Amino acid sequence: MKRSPLARLWPNATAVVLFLGFVFPVYWMFTTALKPTSDIISEDPVWFPTGVTLEHFQKAVDADNFWTLVGNSLTVTLSAVGLSLLIALLASFALARMRFQGRRGFLLTFMIAQMAPWEVLVIAIYMLVRDGDMLNSLLPLTLFYMVMVLPFTILTLRAYVAAIPKELEESAMVDGCTRPQAFIRVIFPLLAPGLMATSLFGFITAWNEFPLVLILNKDPGAQTLPLWLSSFQTAFGDDWGATMAAASLFAIPILLLFLFLQRKAVGGLTSGAVKG
Amino acid sequence: MAVATERKDPGPAAAGVRRGGAPPGPRRPAPGPAGRARLNGAAPYLLLLPALAATALLLGWPLVKNGLLSFQNLNMRQLIQHLTEWNGVDNYREALTSEDFWRVTLRSVIFTAVNVVLIMLLGTLIGLLLARLGSKMRLLLSIGLVLTWAMPTVAATTVFQWLFATRFGVVNWVLDALGWHSMAHYNWTGGQFSTFFVITVLIVWGSIPFVAINLYAATTTIPGELYEAAALDGAGGWKSFTSVTFPFLKPFLLATTFLEVIWVFKAFTQVFAINEGGPDRLTETLPVYAFIEGVGNQHYGMGAAISLLTIAVLLALTSYYLRIVLRQEEDEL
Repeated sequence: MKRSPLARLWPNATAVVLFLGFVFPVYWMFTTALKPTSDIISEDPVWFPTGVTLEHFQKAVDADNFWTLVGNSLTVTLSAVGLSLLIALLASFALARMRFQGRRGFLLTFMIAQMAPWEVLVIAIYMLVRDGDMLNSLLPLTLFYMVMVLPFTILTLRAYVAAIPKELEESAMVDGCTRPQAFIRVIFPLLAPGLMATSLFGFITAWNEFPLVLILNKDPGAQTLPLWLSSFQTAFGDDWGATMAAASLFAIPILLLFLFLQRKAVGGLTSGAVKG
Repeated sequence: MAVATERKDPGPAAAGVRRGGAPPGPRRPAPGPAGRARLNGAAPYLLLLPALAATALLLGWPLVKNGLLSFQNLNMRQLIQHLTEWNGVDNYREALTSEDFWRVTLRSVIFTAVNVVLIMLLGTLIGLLLARLGSKMRLLLSIGLVLTWAMPTVAATTVFQWLFATRFGVVNWVLDALGWHSMAHYNWTGGQFSTFFVITVLIVWGSIPFVAINLYAATTTIPGELYEAAALDGAGGWKSFTSVTFPFLKPFLLATTFLEVIWVFKAFTQVFAINEGGPDRLTETLPVYAFIEGVGNQHYGMGAAISLLTIAVLLALTSYYLRIVLRQEEDEL
């Protein structure tokens, strides 16, 4: 059954309109950040910038504490993701490869933990952190972000480990490897897509986190970029060039990470979501 | 999940939730000396220990603490003087008898319903469209979806404030150009419905990619023979959708709806960052309400009670799906 050109036109036209609709906010963010101010405060929108300037980026980078907060965000995010990968690798190996009492219960625990309502637990967390005299420190943030992404990381890695044939490890062990050696040499390399998928997810979650750092770290030197961006917007509200430059600076790491890992990681995420 | 945000919070957490139990590996290396065997028996528990300890300490403890706080009269004064004043169920009684709480709850439920329906409907349609497109157009649309997916929540929120800005905002300019001149300098965050409108567009825009891309991936796993068989039975386009595509996608749609309900209901960043629950606290949803009552107004005990009630509402909203998952888990035992 061949479709007529007209019948093919509709899906294609819809796809183009949708593409424009989805991309426009991202496009508008970057172009506003690069436009000369006269283009931004023009009564009619300037769809294509007449010139390119980096002054808005300069202003954003020069804003208070910017580089400190970049460092804070990177420290917190990378350590949270690294720690959760390490802990999840151990747990996922046990859940995927071993049979033991209570296995199902552990799985269920992590599935439930995945639904944890972190957004509404901020008051209790604030009290605990305050009692431990750890407000305005990066350590509690790191640990909480690690646990936020841990259940997803464990469950996803478990699925990846389970998908690797056991025979590969067995033959390595026949060849004289111990079990941990077999894991490191044989399984670990095959887990690369799973590790990318879970670390991408973890990175996004921790990089984005807002409510917890909002309440825990009032000291401007101990904050992270989401807070900076949000307060930047309040302070520079009418300076949309600077605000969009700040938003771009915040978004660029994630956009780059997505672009680099997209093929493997998103494929991994979707295949994980589909297989029943 | 976590996943706000993440949404985004965007968090493709479906993977973990949806996986059924893969057959566990029954094998172990040949039993060695007695000590070794005992170590092997303990091995899975040792491997799970760090994960369990971290979860219990950093998630379990705040949950318990939240429960304890909710039975305390804890305001600024008690906080500074480190006083513990138990007041039984007073916080709950006050919350449950206040008109505010029920108004916010109703608002949260409607807000969640509207957003999830829009996300699932549009996400599914776009996912099905992806399946119908040629490879070039599919790539184009996928790029748009992935870029949207990758936009961090706070950055997206800031961009939407610019799109809907009163002066020089593109949206107002377009509406004006379309002949709706009263919108030329419209203040979107000045009213309850218009603020919710902006939040909804932001959340739906940001959430569709997860549903659409996953749904497209799911359709690629439908065996072609099913469609051939349906065609042999004389099924047309719509019929083959209702008899093959939809039944095949149903478990996936159910799981995704469940995740979206959780994410939208818990959405804090978008609601808070657009207008801090304003104007006049009219756009506070339950998580924002708990935050503003608890932290903003320094009624910490009250905030804790509201947050536990919020969890209860969330459990009620998702109970249907949770029952299904738990039953499946038992079946697999």
